[in-house]
Amino acid sequence: MKERKLPVNYLGLAVLSAPLVWAIVFMFVPYMIILTYSFWIKKYPTFEPAFQFGNYVQIFADPQYYQVLLRTMRIALLVTFFSLLIAYPFAYYLVFKVRSARVRLFLYMAVILPLWVSYLLRAYTWKTILGSQGVLNSFLVWSGLLSAPTDVLLYNQFSMVLTLTYIFIPFMVMPIYTSLEKIPRNLVEAASDLGVPPLGVLTKVIWPLSLPGVLAGATITFCLTFGDFIAPILVGGPDGSMISNVITSQYGTALNWPLGSALAILMLVIVLAIIELSDRLQKAERIATG
Amino acid sequence: MAETSQNYTASRIGDGVFGAAIAAILAYLYLPVAVLIIFSFNDSNTLTLPLSGFTLKWYEELFGNSDLKKALFNSFYVATLATALTVVIGVPAAFALDRMNFPGKTLFRRLVLLPLVLPGIITGIAMLNLFKLMGFRLGLETVIIGHATALLSVVVTQVFARLQRLNRNLEEAAADLGAKPWETFFYIVLPNIRSAIIGSALLSFTLSFDEIPVTFFLTGRDNTLPMYIWSTMRRGITPEINAVGTLIVAASLVLIALSVWMLRSNERP
Repeated sequence: MKERKLPVNYLGLAVLSAPLVWAIVFMFVPYMIILTYSFWIKKYPTFEPAFQFGNYVQIFADPQYYQVLLRTMRIALLVTFFSLLIAYPFAYYLVFKVRSARVRLFLYMAVILPLWVSYLLRAYTWKTILGSQGVLNSFLVWSGLLSAPTDVLLYNQFSMVLTLTYIFIPFMVMPIYTSLEKIPRNLVEAASDLGVPPLGVLTKVIWPLSLPGVLAGATITFCLTFGDFIAPILVGGPDGSMISNVITSQYGTALNWPLGSALAILMLVIVLAIIELSDRLQKAERIATG
Repeated sequence: MAETSQNYTASRIGDGVFGAAIAAILAYLYLPVAVLIIFSFNDSNTLTLPLSGFTLKWYEELFGNSDLKKALFNSFYVATLATALTVVIGVPAAFALDRMNFPGKTLFRRLVLLPLVLPGIITGIAMLNLFKLMGFRLGLETVIIGHATALLSVVVTQVFARLQRLNRNLEEAAADLGAKPWETFFYIVLPNIRSAIIGSALLSFTLSFDEIPVTFFLTGRDNTLPMYIWSTMRRGITPEINAVGTLIVAASLVLIALSVWMLRSNERP
């Protein structure tokens, strides 16, 4: 199909000017400023221009920083994994098991709805549930299942993964649901008519065809978890800070903007690399499946 | 025969297990919300079971809290203006991405869509740097610009997707019949993308109302509602937060019902 594009003329320029100026002034320039600062040197009480890689070296040489980076990656991977583990069966159930369109819409909305409820409150409510004087503990003690409240539920990586999975599940369900819905039903029926057992239909037909959705969901869940800085403060423990918290403190109390900027650039590069990787996998997938 | 009936029983059991798993997932999603709401009516300072009695005092305290009211007002101010900006900038941006060729288009698209996946904290510090360099005083206005920048992507993706599905023949017909480009836009294109604009504007409003990372860096002395709740939370747990939370849940439900109703009335011919 031949696409008709408007040539760039005065009208086009008028349409384009505001978004273009906005993107340059408020996006491109600020990112460039961060990049520039990441080469500067901290000099009490502020910092001075330079071109050196000391800040980056420090991130990879000082365990304080690279361990946070590794921890953030591990937590983001765990959250992505558990979200997938929950979201996939859920989306599968909606698309292939629920027969009534009304029930399907209702259940789909039920998963998406929490997205509209404050993110902050969704993290907070887990703090009130898991705390040693919280809802779950008081229930367990009251019902006699525990003799004294336990503090293993909150302020550790378990509570962080639990909370973040809870928060980001909708982002995993949406793309998987869309990709499952696109699978032609007669393909699934043909496979079972040809004698493929149900498990085989799932692993050989449905799963490969739903991979684009899985990939999209995993990408966004990983990136969002990777940059979170609320959950570590509310439900994470003393060893629970993530990369965003470190950036925040470099820009705040530590007053080391160059190091904070270097961390931000690193985060930006990691996120961009993941998106690029996901794009390529999507393309390869499309070629492989025709 | 026996084998098929065995298969049948097995699949019945399988479906039962599956159904139970779905119920468990729904419980995981909604029990925390239930906890939030229930304890906003509980007559105790601590959030513990068993419940001690029904009260409305947490809500009464809210209505007497002037800091909270101020924060609520600020949030409305920020979300309204930020949403207006995302629409004014985002719709032409989507239009340009759909219809125009210009140098740097790929970079432009990447930049505008980046905040969809980019952690808000990066947008936050990036703009903080800019405002500090330009000598801007931080305040609600800088928060508005930050929110608009971060949420532009929401409007652009939704409107762009709608534009792609639009039937171009109508526009060509209008142009052939002598409609000027702006007439074609206002009479043909705009009515067709209206629901996408309204839907994404509502989403953008909600997200702005709930935004923390960008606000955290760009606000001066004024608090938005989430920032106020955030600072209260850091001081400790109080049922007052549950009461605010319950009101926010209620408000979101109203907003969702409103947007569903609007989209529906829009779909009718």
